[in-house]
Amino acid sequence: MTGDADHLLPSDSPVTLIDANGHPVADAGRALPDEAALRRALASLITARRLNDQAYALVRQGRLAVYPSSHGQEACQVAAAQVLDEGDWLFPTYRDTVAAVERGVDPVEALTLLKGDWHCGWDPYEHRVAPHATPLATQLPHAVGVAHAARLRGEPTVVMALCGDGGTSEGDFHEAMNFAAVLKAPVVFLIQNNEYAISVPLARQTAAPSLAHKGVGYGIPGERVDGNDVAALLSVLDSAVAKARAGEGPQLVEAHTYRMQAHTNADDATRYRDAADVDAWVGRDPITRLSAYLSIDESAFRAEAERVAEHVRDGLNRDVEPEPALLFEHVYARPTPQLREQAAQLADEIEREVASR
Amino acid sequence: MTAHEKLSMAQALNRALRDSLSDDPTVVVFGEDVGPLGGVFRVTDGLTAEFGEDRCFDTPLAESGIVGVAVGMAMNGMRPVVEMQFDAFAYPAFEQIVSHVAKMRNRTRGKVALPMVIRIPYAGGIGGVEHHCDSSEAYYVHTPGLHVVTPSTPADAYTLLRESIASDDPVVFLEPKKLYWTKEEVELGVKPPSIGRAVVRREGTDATLIAYGPSVPIALEAAEVADREGRSLQVVDLRSIVPFDDETVAAAVRSTGRAVVVAEAAGFASVSSEIVARVTERCFHSLAAPIRRVTGFDIPYPPPKYEHLHLPGVDRVLDAVDDLQWEDS
Ligand SMILES: Cc1ncc(C[n+]2csc(CCOP(=O)(O)OP(=O)(O)O)c2C)c(N)n1
Ligand SMILES: [Mg+2]
Repeated sequence: MTGDADHLLPSDSPVTLIDANGHPVADAGRALPDEAALRRALASLITARRLNDQAYALVRQGRLAVYPSSHGQEACQVAAAQVLDEGDWLFPTYRDTVAAVERGVDPVEALTLLKGDWHCGWDPYEHRVAPHATPLATQLPHAVGVAHAARLRGEPTVVMALCGDGGTSEGDFHEAMNFAAVLKAPVVFLIQNNEYAISVPLARQTAAPSLAHKGVGYGIPGERVDGNDVAALLSVLDSAVAKARAGEGPQLVEAHTYRMQAHTNADDATRYRDAADVDAWVGRDPITRLSAYLSIDESAFRAEAERVAEHVRDGLNRDVEPEPALLFEHVYARPTPQLREQAAQLADEIEREVASR
Repeated sequence: MTAHEKLSMAQALNRALRDSLSDDPTVVVFGEDVGPLGGVFRVTDGLTAEFGEDRCFDTPLAESGIVGVAVGMAMNGMRPVVEMQFDAFAYPAFEQIVSHVAKMRNRTRGKVALPMVIRIPYAGGIGGVEHHCDSSEAYYVHTPGLHVVTPSTPADAYTLLRESIASDDPVVFLEPKKLYWTKEEVELGVKPPSIGRAVVRREGTDATLIAYGPSVPIALEAAEVADREGRSLQVVDLRSIVPFDDETVAAAVRSTGRAVVVAEAAGFASVSSEIVARVTERCFHSLAAPIRRVTGFDIPYPPPKYEHLHLPGVDRVLDAVDDLQWEDS
């Protein structure tokens, strides 16, 4: 044990490389990602925003049950996926559909859960993206397990584990951080601090100086970053991934961002926050600041965003007939005799119903 | 490998872990005090020394973390076998077990399997103080997606654990702690499958006692006493609660026409209730009397000095047998 915790502490204020007006920050202490990387990020941000807004609209059209949007948090979504190598893993929460898509998951498959066709719509091994986790923070120990298994086999895998600010109060956040540190597991924990957990503001969640400070208690270095500055996110997350890959153990990054919309469409945010609070964040939008910095007209990227939106509309407007047998097929590797009986019963009910029509 | 040795259940479990670790490099064992100490019941004795820290290791004290990390390792090519130190100390892991371990395969339409074993020493009879004697099986068996098994002999302990580790489904492996030290001649070798198969431990013609785990020896003893009193009792050992072997159990009850279920857990909404319901649904016309249950009372597990009042014992089992509406009574 060493008593020295200084090297674990985050910067005094969140790392920002491009400010809200699109100007590079002087003396940021970190190099800006190169222009190609930033252009790629901008293209993804614009598609991401379009995807968020398309999904939101599909709820109103009754094609999705609900959608927890990452509108306003797209920089975190895009950067979390873009800093990973092919062999790495991403563990998303219910709000991180866009990150899963950025990693390669088909957006229609990513929305299967909310469309109601099944739970997880994609093959987690195809792009190394775990299923959406809804029970808060429960995915974090899984991320540690995936990372530890890879480390035991000598594979260079890094795992990006996403969590909300509210989720950091859960026991599994603590247990995962502690396990990761003790096992030296190559995990980057990225907290998207959007200031709210449904209606509950961060001040009711923690008395810690910042969420990144929580790393100190586990021996995990923490860093804070402007969560609406994709350049800073790419830089900070890239370093965190590199350290984890180099065997330096888990890393904690807190991204300061804001939930621009209600928790989901089912929520009424006017009951617990003022419109003025939200307006204050409009000027810090991740897309406007990056396009200002790059002096690029966003319309250059619209075509791709529209293509994705159309693909999503097509997929979501297509009804998939439920397959009753599927209810029983994957409960176990082989259905138990009892499940075979129940499947037969249901099949028989359906057959008789069809015959009586 | 086939060898005959006299082993306690704890030693048989240890052998099963050792043989699985030797045969399959993806098997890993972890939990609280399972490393150099060998577990509080010594089930993991010597494994770290023999296989190294990477294969058998101590973890921080965090049951949800243990099970959650096992989920991730199982997702990524390993076969974790984790130990919960005692029944009641598995409860912090409940959310992981119910929401993830049990559901992953189904959620992902079979894409992600979780070949993992959660070993839990359970039930009473050892004079343990509170939180060390719970019969927690009902929580797990009520959760679709889990296999739940519980051995009553060292030989079954070996076979069931080998099979559980080899299974592509998650298994909750309940070890009756009062039987850890019972010894028998064990043939260590490949056996016919036992997950999902109940076994008739003793033949009998007058009534069937249905038991599992810690209650099997009670049922056998009751059958022995009944035999001296002129009544022939059959004893069925479930071994596997999920999957449940309806066929063997129903055939046994049909052969005698009377049945008593013996289980330590509180009887209300329990595995014993389920057994009565299933057997009644299947064997109604073969039954000469309603099936009786001899279970723990519906109370929190009592202090050591009260334990004998609570646990199903031979007399209570025989009383229930006497109540089975015999013609001559
Ligand atoms: C264990 C658990 N408790 C409660 C909930 C209900 N719930 C869903 S989202 C949420 C708020 C989470 O806030 P945060 O972690 O900040 O993530 P955000 O929604 O802001 O992205 C709550 C309470 C849940 N999903 N899981
Ligand atoms: Mg939040």
